[in-house]
Amino acid sequence: MRLSRSSSSPSKKTYLLWGPRTAGSISIMIPRPFELHTPTSISEAANLLRELKGAKVLAGGQSLVPLMKLRLISPANLVDIGKIPGLSYIRREEEDGGEKERGARRRRRAAAPGDRLLIGSMTTHHEVAASPSVVGGCRPLSEAAGRIGDRQVRNRGTIGGALCHADPAADVPTAAVAMDAEFRVVGSSRERTIKAKDFFKGVNRTSLHSGEILVEVRVPVLSPRSGGAYVKLARGMNDLATIGVAAAITLGEDGACEQVRLALAGAGPTPVRAARAEEVLTGRAPTDELVAEAADEAAGMSLVVDDIRGSAEYKREMVKVYVRRAVKQSLGRISLG
Amino acid sequence: MSMPSPPKQVNVTVNGRKYSGDAEARTLLVYFLREELGLVGTHVGCIVGKCGACSVMLDGRLVKSCLLFAQQADGAEILTVEGLASGQELHPIQEAFWEQHGLQCGYCTPGMLLATYSLLQDVPDPSEEEIREGISGNLCMCTGYVNIVRAIKAAAQKMMPPPQKAGRTKGPAAATAGPTSTSSSSSSSPSARQAGPLNSRGRSKKKQQQKRS
Repeated sequence: MRLSRSSSSPSKKTYLLWGPRTAGSISIMIPRPFELHTPTSISEAANLLRELKGAKVLAGGQSLVPLMKLRLISPANLVDIGKIPGLSYIRREEEDGGEKERGARRRRRAAAPGDRLLIGSMTTHHEVAASPSVVGGCRPLSEAAGRIGDRQVRNRGTIGGALCHADPAADVPTAAVAMDAEFRVVGSSRERTIKAKDFFKGVNRTSLHSGEILVEVRVPVLSPRSGGAYVKLARGMNDLATIGVAAAITLGEDGACEQVRLALAGAGPTPVRAARAEEVLTGRAPTDELVAEAADEAAGMSLVVDDIRGSAEYKREMVKVYVRRAVKQSLGRISLG
Repeated sequence: MSMPSPPKQVNVTVNGRKYSGDAEARTLLVYFLREELGLVGTHVGCIVGKCGACSVMLDGRLVKSCLLFAQQADGAEILTVEGLASGQELHPIQEAFWEQHGLQCGYCTPGMLLATYSLLQDVPDPSEEEIREGISGNLCMCTGYVNIVRAIKAAAQKMMPPPQKAGRTKGPAAATAGPTSTSSSSSSSPSARQAGPLNSRGRSKKKQQQKRS
């Protein structure tokens, strides 16, 4: 098929627009030619990735395809994992097929702390945001997924894709870091589990080796007397976070914070865990003054920089505002029944 | 760089009709629809997934057809703007956009119509906030959002199931029944502005629809 009616060389066909990331005009085009591979199993995909050096995994494509069209990256091979069955699901760990016998025994207990949600890497943001088990058990993650892009992007973009793209201003990676999620990754010869805090290595960089595919996200379910939230400051409705804050708080019987988890989007080269802010709150009753103090600590430790979304100074102030909001919203959601 | 693979055959069902055509790996679905299948109702806007002009329903879900390679859509069922109307009969969403002037230049309209279609599937009676969130992936460069939102509200009313529809249509009817107050609510004034051929035609359409149902 010809991509261009007029030009003899389709690849030279360019369009002009004002770019979202640069001043003035940038050229955007149809991607450079590449080969699209559509494996039907994980092992086939992993083998392809090992054989084809520099191949990229195509999941939902909502970040990768624009990058290819802008020719910011031009992989010669794409491995589309969208045709591999069984990568889109959300379930409690107990229902996991491999442990049927023990699972049956465990199912008799009510949801205990330590329970986890297992989310297949090709599950779309829309599915994560709309899932009652994620909304009920992991509110920061459902809210983060619900704040990504727009309907179209959430219908197509996947949780695994967002994590592996590793944009430091993205919503889902930040929620995953706050929730101490783990990622199951499969390579051509072995599989391993990577903790969220060890996964993100820099802007668009992860600790995945070449040839490895993220297949499952495991998120601990919030225990009783817990509340969580993801709040986000963004330009317009569809942008990445100028500042985003994921929070999860567990209150003890005495009303003091038993466990506090706070992570920031847009405040460093990776999602940032605001450890010092967590320390301020842990073990103490969350008064307004204390929450403000924690927010100041979070702002102090954040690595914000000037960019198109705002100045570092502005973002630092917004970290304070949004940490306060996230903490208060989380506290408001705790049912002490 | 390795040699690009030759074009592959892509089979899709678009608006209930089976099509097949050849697509290179890098051919985006929107170009496949427009140039290979000749379905030019779907528009190409920004091509980086910001504007939503290329929105189509893919297997029942709203997607941007410029963020998808045609080969990924192999075997899929697609609804484009051409599939909304049945014959000469406009879809209620199209009627509502027409009656409420939900378009100016019309470039964003195919995407807006399908975003509305998808939104009303999920939320049959959306609030203004839900409407604005629902079409946040679709940009209107004429900035005609006020009328677009109004059109989506009107479309929602048209598409209400009969019992609720009867209850709903009473509202506006009652409002217009009292024309003594010239400064009626802002929502009813635009329909007054549109009095004339458009409105009467719209009404006759409505009658036809009621006859059908």
